[in-house]
Amino acid sequence: MSKMDVTRRGVLKTGAVAGGGLMLPTYLRAAGHEGFTNAPTGSTVTLGFNVPQTGPYADEGADELRAYELAVEHLNGGGDGGMLNTFSSKALEGNGILGKKVEYVTGDTQTKSDAARASAKSMIEKDGAVMITGGSSSGVAVAVQGLCQEAGVIFMAGLTHSNDTTGKDKKANGFRHFFNGYMSGAALAPVLADVYGTDRKAYHLTADYTWGWTQQESIAAATEALGWETVNNVLTPLAATDFSSYIAPVLNSGADVLVLNHYGGNMVNSLTNAVQFGLREKEINGKNFEIVVPLFSRLMARGAGANIKGILGSTNWHWSLQDEGTKTFVKSFGTKYGFPPSQAAHTCYVQTLLYADAVARAGSFNPCAVVEALEGFEFDGLGNGPTLYRAEDHQCFKDVLVVRGKENPTSEFDLLEVVQVTPRAQVEYAPDHPMFAGGALGTCNPGA
Amino acid sequence: MFGLNKKDTSLLLVVAVLTLFAPFILNPFPTESGLAQFNAGYPDLMQRFVIFGIFAVGFNILFGLTGYLSFGHAAFLGVGSYSAVWMFKLLSMNVIPAIILSVIVAGLFALLIGFVSLRRSGIYFSILTLAFAQMSFNLAYSVLTPITNGETGLQLTLDDPRILGVSATADGSIPVTSLFGLEMRSTYEMAVAGWNFQFSAGYYLCAIIMLVSFYIAVRIFRSPFGLMLRAVKCNQNRMRYTGLNTRPYTLAAFVISGMYAGLAGGLMASMDPLAGAERMQWTASGEVVLMTILGGAGTLIGPVLGAGFIKYFENIFSKINDNVLHQWFGFLPDGIEDFVVFIIHPFIGKGWHLTLGILFMLVVIYLPGGLVEGGQRISRLFKKNKSSDDGAAAKTTPAE
Amino acid sequence: MDAILLQILNGLDKGSAYALIALGLTLIFGTLGVVNFAHGALFMIGAFCAVTLQRILNLSYEEIDPTQTDFLGNPLVVKVPYVQAWFGPEMGGSIIDWSVPLAILFAIPVMIFVGFAMERGLIKHFYKRPHADQILVTFGLAIVLQEVVKYFYGANPIPTGAPEAFRGSFDFGVLLGFDPNAIIYPYWRLIYFAFAAVIIGGVFSFLQFTTFGMVVRAGMADRETVGLLGINIDKRFTFMFGLAAAVAGLAGVMYAPINSPNYHMGMDFLVLSFVVVVVGGMGSLPGAVAAGFLLGILESFASMNEIKSIIPGIDQIIIYVVAIIILLTRPRGLMGRKGVMED
Repeated sequence: MSKMDVTRRGVLKTGAVAGGGLMLPTYLRAAGHEGFTNAPTGSTVTLGFNVPQTGPYADEGADELRAYELAVEHLNGGGDGGMLNTFSSKALEGNGILGKKVEYVTGDTQTKSDAARASAKSMIEKDGAVMITGGSSSGVAVAVQGLCQEAGVIFMAGLTHSNDTTGKDKKANGFRHFFNGYMSGAALAPVLADVYGTDRKAYHLTADYTWGWTQQESIAAATEALGWETVNNVLTPLAATDFSSYIAPVLNSGADVLVLNHYGGNMVNSLTNAVQFGLREKEINGKNFEIVVPLFSRLMARGAGANIKGILGSTNWHWSLQDEGTKTFVKSFGTKYGFPPSQAAHTCYVQTLLYADAVARAGSFNPCAVVEALEGFEFDGLGNGPTLYRAEDHQCFKDVLVVRGKENPTSEFDLLEVVQVTPRAQVEYAPDHPMFAGGALGTCNPGA
Repeated sequence: MFGLNKKDTSLLLVVAVLTLFAPFILNPFPTESGLAQFNAGYPDLMQRFVIFGIFAVGFNILFGLTGYLSFGHAAFLGVGSYSAVWMFKLLSMNVIPAIILSVIVAGLFALLIGFVSLRRSGIYFSILTLAFAQMSFNLAYSVLTPITNGETGLQLTLDDPRILGVSATADGSIPVTSLFGLEMRSTYEMAVAGWNFQFSAGYYLCAIIMLVSFYIAVRIFRSPFGLMLRAVKCNQNRMRYTGLNTRPYTLAAFVISGMYAGLAGGLMASMDPLAGAERMQWTASGEVVLMTILGGAGTLIGPVLGAGFIKYFENIFSKINDNVLHQWFGFLPDGIEDFVVFIIHPFIGKGWHLTLGILFMLVVIYLPGGLVEGGQRISRLFKKNKSSDDGAAAKTTPAE
Repeated sequence: MDAILLQILNGLDKGSAYALIALGLTLIFGTLGVVNFAHGALFMIGAFCAVTLQRILNLSYEEIDPTQTDFLGNPLVVKVPYVQAWFGPEMGGSIIDWSVPLAILFAIPVMIFVGFAMERGLIKHFYKRPHADQILVTFGLAIVLQEVVKYFYGANPIPTGAPEAFRGSFDFGVLLGFDPNAIIYPYWRLIYFAFAAVIIGGVFSFLQFTTFGMVVRAGMADRETVGLLGINIDKRFTFMFGLAAAVAGLAGVMYAPINSPNYHMGMDFLVLSFVVVVVGGMGSLPGAVAAGFLLGILESFASMNEIKSIIPGIDQIIIYVVAIIILLTRPRGLMGRKGVMED
């Protein structure tokens, strides 16, 4: 017992000494300043790049990270300035953001909403990040967007294609530059009707989670409006690696088009399996059997190899576009890393620039000022033509690309060819469209 | 004290001191120094340390005492999280009812799964629990989306029909979780000569609950019930031959450890009101097994150490990137700097899994009893040194 | 009817992958008493043997083609594989095309070496340690192996096609008198099934009809007595580990054209293969094979629309439901022995 007393007294003593020493310079960091979370105080500002570094999307995450590093370099006045030169807004001067040098921290989302939030939280709580960006799936985007809303920082979504991100799960502090399932459908359907005719029967295989459902809903609605019939929609488990048992019955169903609402590893495997089954050599109802992959990613398409040749899909952006913004970006990215950027890299680079520009125009890092600057912002010169950040749901509206797997690729990066640039007007929708209804932006939250 | 023997009391006190002073202990480096990267003293990670500590301590009550290796414990954590978030959505933002409900629901769920799974033992038991957990995960991700919100995870929204309290605050945002008005996210920051210490209300709530659950675990370990469970581990057949039915004891242990997992899940949701389906995946179940074995199965403090070890790597090592490395080694000549960064590069950032895998292997190969054995070896080493010093001193003294 | 036949075919094909992995896992467990969580990683390494051989055959020198430009506007650098330069485009092209079957020859020595190295270097020290330690150390090894592969090959799947001759599919329906296109099945998957049957038959007859196999079986039954008879059972067990690694590796090589290999394919199969082994009964080779095919077929049936429309999401959980039912009705799985891994 006596021994324990010593410990206790020792603890008290140490505690008292420590407490006394700490009393003197105590102050509250956040509240003392401009009244928002992580207000940058020194000569630098910290951004948080939260991308998948482990798990199946690690390569996509790595490409996003490359784009972020390039964006930071350009913001700080390094390199050739990239799209700062073509951006329609000239508020950025290449001296950081508002004169503060841009620094960054990185984290691993693991493509799990829990891990992504943990990583984002550590950036906010430990590193003092004033903006979080990145990610390569809609689940993560929605989860981190919710966190940023609560914490009072800005979230600039990376690759997220689900309608929900700016639909029922939209948040005032969150912004998405990437396109969504509805836009894919609206852009793709007319091309499909053009190339394959209006009298087609479609069989959908859909990844059984939120993104898959919204995607399927969008595509089915858009194609049915043009005369297609949806024969069947089969949900496949996310964890499935072998799709043979889902593909085998397709030929028997009377359908003559197979729509694969899959992304990433699922897409690579289901497409590979479908081609293996020889679907594309078959004739059904007197028509050649076709496969459609509504959301294409060049990075992922590589995994499917020759199987993607001739397959139609949509994409947010492609490096072979010929506008000035794209050309400049591809040049600086290609010169630095030796290969062209992916659409994920593009959207992440653009999001960083858009954030920095909004801060510069608002003259403040305060999230509410940034939100105000971004809402209804019209810009050009960042690829995709004239673009609008709509105020009602924080979704970007811009041209969407319909692409096809290239028959004779000249390199391992040259896999897709642009079939059509669908103009912005064709993919626009009302903010209260039923596929996007049910959520509310709320008000911007500056935090502390 | 508290009905514990001397050794356990001092263990409990050490744990208490460590957890209460964690904001200092885990923040050894000044904020502006390059080594600040290794600081773990920010609210989210500290909360994770103690929450996963609770999870692992509870798992150890089952595995450490009875030897039954459950491979589906994450399901209880997930169920706990979902119940807590639903409580926030429907009843009130106070964490107490949420935590209570999550413990109860996880307990019931554990009763159900335990009742079925405990009919088998050994690896057959492990696979049964794994099967139940994987079923829960797969269904939560897809078919049960109306309840679980699937891939995105269950979140609060602005139009939750909360009975006690408002759906949205006056300024139009979602209310935050609180303990009778004390917001869980409120953090007191203290800056001292380059250091920045954060004291979070949420962390201290978790820490106190962790201490209580640790205390209960100690009592269980030392109780006749705990002895009975150890006997099950030693030789279940012999117990049966003496006419004892062991099933109620193992089932009780299973339910208790399920409730610990539910408590951890409820706390996680209270700190951050989101419940994701990945919490129930087999990898999450595997993680708690790893934590327990890594720390030292069957010991009291081991699982907590293991939990801290794994979470530290996940959150700290994954955030080190080449840029940070260049800052650290910037003092070296250019060529050597690049070389050093090149060597370390595969092990940090996206390579944190690799580092973790290598450390698993090293710990298991060289420290069969887990980290606890490592600690014991070090302390033995010190004691030996001390005694030889003493011996030397004793020898020299008479010569004077 | 044709739909059911089709799914049986499918189930046999899926089941042959499960059975091959479970067979190796059971070999290791039955002989050495080690729970090998790195077995999925061996499967993955096998698949990457195919990828590696494909890369080796594609080793190229660079030529500049001034008529074309790359994405930066510079003259395009065209890669010409040495194989094509040496044997001519025709012959070289078909060598590259046949890289997966060739990889079988390449993979056997590699996998046996990996197996020996694992057993001698690591597993050997864990024979007397608790199963929990074995699980932890092999799990650690699995992570290390897959991260090393990821470091060199990236996280994305890598297309590794079957030879041109085996692409496309075979119409069974016509053979059986159904309509054309009713039952079609890809050639390569049929080859996979036949391959699995040969390997499984080979392993069984090796254990059944050779003296070596007899000793190993005796060792599986009672290691101590065999040791007392003056037989060096350890050496044979090392060999068995190499054999199990080779079986897993070959399963991986042949799987590469079915689904593009990626670094985490081993982990994807790990849990499933353990379920298969346990449902079959710990330590029973016929049990593992039977359970592999059973679960493969049931999984295929569960993914039929007709069944999914009655019980939504059944294809997500069928494996686990079956596992639970079997383990509750047959305490040691289909053919498990008493007292193995029960405490």
